[in-house]
Amino acid sequence: MTDGAPLISARGLIKRFGDFTAVDGIDVDVHAGEAFGFLGPNGAGKSSTMRMIGCVSPPSGGELRVLGMDPQRQGPDIRARLGVCPQEDNLDQELTARENLVTYARYFGIGRKVARQRADELLEFVQLSERAGSKVEPLSGGMKRRLTIARALVNEPDIVMLDEPTTGLDPQARHLVWERLFRLKQRGTTLVLTTHYMDEAEQLCDRLVIMDGGAVAAEGSPRELIERYSTREVVELRFGTDALEPYASKLDGIGARVEVLPDRILLYADDGDTAVPAVYERNLTPSGVLVRRASLEDVFLHLTGRTLVEA
Amino acid sequence: MVTTLVTRAVAGDELRARRAGAVTGRNVTAFRAGGAYWWLVISGMAEPLLYLFAIGWGVGALVGDMPLPDGRTVSYLTFLAPALLAAAAMNGAVAESTMNFFAKMKFAKLYDSVLNTPVTPVEIAFGELGWAMMRGSMYSGAFLVLMAVMGVTTPALALVAFPAALLVGFAFGAIGLALATVMRTWQDFDYMGVVQFALFLFSGTFVPVSSYPVAMQVIVQLTPLYHGVELVRGITLDMLSWSLAWNVLYLVVVTLAGLAFAARRMRKLLRK
Ligand SMILES: Nc1ncnc2c1ncn2[C@@H]1O[C@H](COP(=O)(O)OP(=O)(O)OP(=O)(O)O)[C@@H](O)[C@H]1O
Ligand SMILES: [Mg+2]
Repeated sequence: MTDGAPLISARGLIKRFGDFTAVDGIDVDVHAGEAFGFLGPNGAGKSSTMRMIGCVSPPSGGELRVLGMDPQRQGPDIRARLGVCPQEDNLDQELTARENLVTYARYFGIGRKVARQRADELLEFVQLSERAGSKVEPLSGGMKRRLTIARALVNEPDIVMLDEPTTGLDPQARHLVWERLFRLKQRGTTLVLTTHYMDEAEQLCDRLVIMDGGAVAAEGSPRELIERYSTREVVELRFGTDALEPYASKLDGIGARVEVLPDRILLYADDGDTAVPAVYERNLTPSGVLVRRASLEDVFLHLTGRTLVEA
Repeated sequence: MVTTLVTRAVAGDELRARRAGAVTGRNVTAFRAGGAYWWLVISGMAEPLLYLFAIGWGVGALVGDMPLPDGRTVSYLTFLAPALLAAAAMNGAVAESTMNFFAKMKFAKLYDSVLNTPVTPVEIAFGELGWAMMRGSMYSGAFLVLMAVMGVTTPALALVAFPAALLVGFAFGAIGLALATVMRTWQDFDYMGVVQFALFLFSGTFVPVSSYPVAMQVIVQLTPLYHGVELVRGITLDMLSWSLAWNVLYLVVVTLAGLAFAARRMRKLLRK
């Protein structure tokens, strides 16, 4: 592979299940050392895309190259260099935490001695050394997730693929996982992850695509996306009622855009501190006012219009 | 390279012994760890022993001696024992390759994670079969030792019969894997149990096949356990002849066909 060529390259990639098109012709490039994210709501096609890249699901159309190889013909060679953490923990229930890692290493043809050594190192890495001899069942959700992530690292992969690495974890467990993934990134490991947490995408991803309905809605770094699709700041207004439409129409023109959510109104403005007085000048008295920096969440809402009524 | 091309053509995927071995190794690890599993194995050995003593001695006392095709006569227990060995090899292999394999595939979703590694579906099929055989060889080995101790066969013939019993296990293990990939619910296993029991009763196990009506003889000779019984009985009762080669060939072909079918089905089921 030549330097600079993308590790993953998809052109017009399609996945169909019967008549249903789950992934509808996406173009994606992931480069070495990058942390790349797929951000999107339920059913956007994130996992389907991940599974195609992971060579466990044959594409229905388009082109896909992974590590310079063809997933259809060189699946085993590609998978040998990938570390996959699937959306659902599919750990081996009959084995202990440590046995899970050793056994998994054996599937990669790694010798017993090296496998044991790596298993111990990785248990340490995800802070599970004390539970090494425990079966999978009694481990907490967060521990299982960490074990699944450790398992994905057992072959020292060139690319680590993480499908919703922190879904269902409590904040503490999430931060531990983020911290570990950040360390991997610093070591130069290429990360590909999916998430519907905006903060996760902002924290971890150098670059990401926002997926919706099987298509790519936008692509860029978190900062670029925020600049392109949102204002610098956002004012969140609550009025102590769910009937927010009348208020929204009165806010016209204060900021660049107004979005109505079920429980609050978002007012997009480059400078929140001048926008808030303008709200009061129109004789509106919100019960709650919050000025915050724009986030990927705003980009996402803007692009997908999910649960929103465009003001 | 040639084997790569052949397995790609037959099973649709690459086959490396080392990776299939890792799948077998996983089962060995799980077996060592699990306490309940031992009971399954012990109960698997108990069944043929119960038949041997209940029918071999009990019915044997009524039936008297059995004439063999080569003119000798032997006790009924001697006639029965090798058939029970073949049946035990069948039962052990089928139990592992259908029930346990089905559970791992459908419920434990074990292979979902395995397929994220370089391991291919055909390697999983071979690996699971390897494990079914390890389990089967425990049954067969113990039973052959018992046969030799009881004087039903000689130690030398028992040694020759051991790989033959393994081949019977291979064939049924492969059939079992193939069946497990088309099973939808546990109910399907009940039907399979009935077929298995019918094979057990009618494959020349308890009476020589020649005592059946001709039409039934033909049907029986098409089924796999018949060939297993013929082979194992032929060896342990010292009736070595070229006809045994046919039994071996039949079982080898069944093994390969079952594996190829299972691997292709697994590819379809697991690579969505
Ligand atoms: N094996 C399958 N058979 C049929 N349809 C499927 C299959 N797998 C996924 N789909 C459908 O494809 C669409 C995309 O699913 P996918 O799992 O890729 O979404 P996702 O973005 O990962 O969603 P989530 O955030 O809920 O995990 C969904 O509508 C799903 O129902
Ligand atoms: Mg998903």
